[in-house]
Amino acid sequence: MIEVDNVWKEYGDQIVLERVSLTIADRAFVALVGPSGCGKTTFLKLLLGDERPSQGTIRLDGAPLSPEPGPDRGVVFQRYSVFPHLTVLGNVLLGKEFTASRIAARLGGAARRASIEEARALVAEVGLTGSEDKYPAQLSGGMQQRLALAQALIMRPRVLLLDEPFGALDPGIRADIHILMKRLWNETNLTVVMVTHDMREAFTLATRVVAFERPRNAPAERQRYGASLSQDISVWPPRVAGGSDPDILTLSPDRDDPIHPTGPSRDDPAHLPEGARP
Amino acid sequence: MRLINIKPSRTTQLLLALLPFVLLVVAYGIGSAARLAENPSDKLLPALGTITDAINRLAFVPDPRTGDYILWSDTWASIGRLFAALGISTAIALVVGMLVGMIPYWRALLAPFLAAISMLPPLALLPILFIVLGLGETSKITLIVIGVAPIMIRDLVLRVLELPREMIVKAETLGGTSWQIGLRVVLPQILPRLITSLRLQLGPAWLFLIAAEAISADSGLGYRIFLVRRYLSMDVIFPYVIWITLLAVLTNLLLDWLRIRIFPWSELGKGT
Repeated sequence: MIEVDNVWKEYGDQIVLERVSLTIADRAFVALVGPSGCGKTTFLKLLLGDERPSQGTIRLDGAPLSPEPGPDRGVVFQRYSVFPHLTVLGNVLLGKEFTASRIAARLGGAARRASIEEARALVAEVGLTGSEDKYPAQLSGGMQQRLALAQALIMRPRVLLLDEPFGALDPGIRADIHILMKRLWNETNLTVVMVTHDMREAFTLATRVVAFERPRNAPAERQRYGASLSQDISVWPPRVAGGSDPDILTLSPDRDDPIHPTGPSRDDPAHLPEGARP
Repeated sequence: MRLINIKPSRTTQLLLALLPFVLLVVAYGIGSAARLAENPSDKLLPALGTITDAINRLAFVPDPRTGDYILWSDTWASIGRLFAALGISTAIALVVGMLVGMIPYWRALLAPFLAAISMLPPLALLPILFIVLGLGETSKITLIVIGVAPIMIRDLVLRVLELPREMIVKAETLGGTSWQIGLRVVLPQILPRLITSLRLQLGPAWLFLIAAEAISADSGLGYRIFLVRRYLSMDVIFPYVIWITLLAVLTNLLLDWLRIRIFPWSELGKGT
């Protein structure tokens, strides 16, 4: 569980975030949305530990968040998430090598073979089989982001932070990687926090959509008033990770397409839980 | 078709590449012939035959006084100094460049100092070096290191700082310590740049070498050129200059080849 309690972030005189309080349940998939420059990425950096809050506290599972990035929080950025000098397999292995070998940061013998097995399995999981020996520059943008996911997941992080990870991808590739993302979230023990400027993506993937907004946005006020949470929407129908609900993988409320009357709808009392029916 | 869109074929490219060299030799031949026709004992532009004789004498006939093959002993002396100095500079640049680029405390300590000493004119230090370190090899190698290392360090620091912040953060989330991130993420990514930086410093390194040799040495390519200058021996100076250039060009090509062989990925991102 991530508890954000009354967090402010200021850079000099500029207030970026104010009065941000948020509790994120385990295995939730939270999308942070909002106009550009409203502090979504800053908030993600706070969760990551790359920036520290000016006021307020962030706790992860009850303990204060460590003040620098660590292996409990994985991350995928829009760009530069993978290492250009390592092959696909090398990129995925790196986390293992860091953990197992403090000085040389390299593995040998049986430990290496075991790690390679694990890395290969993850590479297959994200659909990059056959590209193990390629360098990132030889991969398309979508494949690089898949690689970045595999690389982060080998550490089995508690929290996965995504900073507009699919923003630079073509729509078709993006749809594929959305399905992958949903599956990974469903199968692994992950809490996901994703920054996106794409509402459709937010509602396609997340269990909960949190909007950031500056309540006072006049030029004279911009300096002294930061953004805070303006909306906190639980996506309907509720999605639960780890369940056997096939809808999680297939149903995608794609708002630009005609609505298929197959899934339960919010307005239909027949689909509400037993006790909640009018 | 626009000029910017017309590309030469491979053969044309090769011929065009050779053309300036051929033209230079031809122009020299014509100039030399014209001067020699006027004054057969002219020393300024010796005939190509005279130059070949000189090369033959220097490279393939042992010196009657010492028994050395002068061109080769000069070359070894110069190359030894140059490579020793470049090796030392590269090692210093790598260690200091990574420390200053990666660790804020080292940066605060050394960045302003490096910015200042890289502006020092090394040749102005040469008298000091000769006085303090004597006239031997140490002062020559030190001169080259002082001339070359600060610029290589600053270049590497810039390269380390250019690495995207995201990449370092990503390495931290993979559990890397500062040392591990330096070793596995930063070092491999700046080594290609180190080689390129070394290539760009070949020119200055030769400059400092020849300057040091001209003032005080008993062998070396620069020493020889300045020695025979007294006798207007253009037939020796020209081949020596060409030889030095050739050595520098070959070193340059070799280093670039090495970079591509050792770091194939450093060539992939180009042009995108």
